[in-house]
Amino acid sequence: MSANAGIAIETRGLTKTFGEREALGGIDLKVAEGECVVIFGPNGAGKTTLIRVLATLARPTSGTVRIAGLDLQREGPAIRRRIGVVSHQSFLYENLTVYENLSFYSTMYDVPRKEKRIAEILELVGLADRRDERVGTLSRGTQQRLAIARALLHDPTILLFDEPETGLDQRAGAFLGNFLKTLTSGKRTVLWTTHRLELGLELAARVIILHRGKTVFEAAGQSLTIAELHQTYARCTEEPR
Amino acid sequence: MRRSIAMILAIVRKDLLSELRSKEIAVSILLFALLVIVVFSFAFDPETEALEIVAPGVLWIAFTFAGMLGLSRLFAAEKEKGGLEGLMLCPMERDLIYWGKLLGIFLFMMIVEAVITPIFLVLFDFPLWIPELGLISALATLGFAAVGTLFSAMAAHTKARDITLPVLFIPITVPVIIAAVKAAEAALGGEPFGEMASWLGIITAFDAIFLVVSGFVFEFVLEE
Amino acid sequence: MKGKSVPVDLWLWGLASALMTAAVSLIFFYAPTEREMGDIQRIFYFHVPLAWIAFLAFFIVALCSALYLWKRETKWDTIAHSSAEIGVLFTTLVLITGPLWARPVWGSWWEWEARLTSSLVLWMIYLAYLLVREYAGAEERGARFAAVVGIIGFLDVPIVYLSVNLWRTQHPPELVSDLGGAMLLTLMVSLAAFTVLFAVLLRQRTALRNLDRRVKKLKRQH
Repeated sequence: MSANAGIAIETRGLTKTFGEREALGGIDLKVAEGECVVIFGPNGAGKTTLIRVLATLARPTSGTVRIAGLDLQREGPAIRRRIGVVSHQSFLYENLTVYENLSFYSTMYDVPRKEKRIAEILELVGLADRRDERVGTLSRGTQQRLAIARALLHDPTILLFDEPETGLDQRAGAFLGNFLKTLTSGKRTVLWTTHRLELGLELAARVIILHRGKTVFEAAGQSLTIAELHQTYARCTEEPR
Repeated sequence: MRRSIAMILAIVRKDLLSELRSKEIAVSILLFALLVIVVFSFAFDPETEALEIVAPGVLWIAFTFAGMLGLSRLFAAEKEKGGLEGLMLCPMERDLIYWGKLLGIFLFMMIVEAVITPIFLVLFDFPLWIPELGLISALATLGFAAVGTLFSAMAAHTKARDITLPVLFIPITVPVIIAAVKAAEAALGGEPFGEMASWLGIITAFDAIFLVVSGFVFEFVLEE
Repeated sequence: MKGKSVPVDLWLWGLASALMTAAVSLIFFYAPTEREMGDIQRIFYFHVPLAWIAFLAFFIVALCSALYLWKRETKWDTIAHSSAEIGVLFTTLVLITGPLWARPVWGSWWEWEARLTSSLVLWMIYLAYLLVREYAGAEERGARFAAVVGIIGFLDVPIVYLSVNLWRTQHPPELVSDLGGAMLLTLMVSLAAFTVLFAVLLRQRTALRNLDRRVKKLKRQH
């Protein structure tokens, strides 16, 4: 990684409290452009909250967040133009067809040469032949593919994935894994939360473990074997008795 | 600006498409409005003059209830699959979502009112061409839509969404309901426009204030 | 519990008690008996201040709601919530004293006259404010939604009064024609008493709520 590479995501002292509950207790995160960082953590660790804050879906309680150099509090729309988000929610409209969903989002993202781009992206996720099917009739795995297509439609430079493997069966999960490989080998920045330790370790340049709203472990992907990762994970996320 | 309008229209188009796909809903709301009017007709003896006196009230009760049904659906479906968050992820200011949704529900309710009003006029034996009713409808519906869109978004985020909307909506829109009924009364009675003027003034003031304020506080409802 | 705030509360309680005693004495012993309505008219000296203070309470709700949305500091929400509760309480009392007064004077418990009707609508709006916190399911969301309702509700108040007044210009039961010197004095003292009472109640309720919050927090940490 070149020393002059820009910082895609940067947070300093990011906290998020919901009333009295502290979901994130001071996160300092730095993700360089083009880097792939994976975040592990048990349920309730704050992974989803972190992604939501970065996606501008939730407002930080304190701390600073910069995405692509833009301040989160002030440049929401500009940031949203540069990020693509995939979550366990699909962000899709069930009554509309595959094509209509993408058409709508193309308009909202002001995608140039809309028709061409839609055709392109459908090819990419293997849904070209299902253009006119209603999203509500698609299986979860297929919907997830469309969700990824939606996220990539406007060619974002930063991708945020929040446990995208949730609810996917074996086959769909395998597709997702392969797809992520192609995504992470490109120039895009990927920040990804997951429970899949093996895949995460394989793809990520850096791994982070989150527990109870705080970063409890951080290391370069290559410095760990999968066994070590399992051990570290178990150790870091131990609940006090 | 042009981009904003395109996006607002895109939201309206998407909603329209989505709602038309579940055809039963639009027709059901129309039917519901009609049912309310019919039920009220049974509640009052058609022989007495009471029916004429309560007529404007009946019309606006029907529109209020039908409007609430429409509003309750405005964000409900969206919230289910994260469609609302999908909208929030789009690169635009959040209040565009408000304007898009507002335009959608406004158009929908105007269509319902346009269909129901002539039927109402026939049932209650009023002259069939009363254009002032259209103006009253437009202004009052705009007020309903202004606060209704905001409260509907709120209700979608609550556990008791069917009850949240009426509890919030009705007290706040009391001025609009009063004014719409009184203005309709004047219109149905063939009174000169001056009689309606102050009522329409109240509705217009309501619209102006709440279009601005609701649009402004809308993002607080969406963003955690 | 800061030592400094104890004397302040004590002073306020003292002031409230003194003013209330003065007000009640004036209301029952000093104010002249109204010519047409008789002694029942004395409710006026409770009814009107209650209504004005309720309005003040709701103004505070709106102000603190706006501050909360802007700064997202819990303290503003606490004050707004407490003020709304007291406002609803006072409005309930307005809606009770109204009919109590109306019955002997007009012969009916309720008339759809301007002030009572407006108070009823106001009551419903602020009940909705309190209820929306419950409906929201999560504390932070409840506070946020309530704040929105607090602002919208307060902006609606003048329009409600305007529309209801216009609606009812046909029959204005003018309850108080002109206030003589003694009546005015009694009213002012009563108003002052209720204002201080409101301040006391607001402080107490806010303090209680803050205490409750701290207890919950401690419970959570253990």
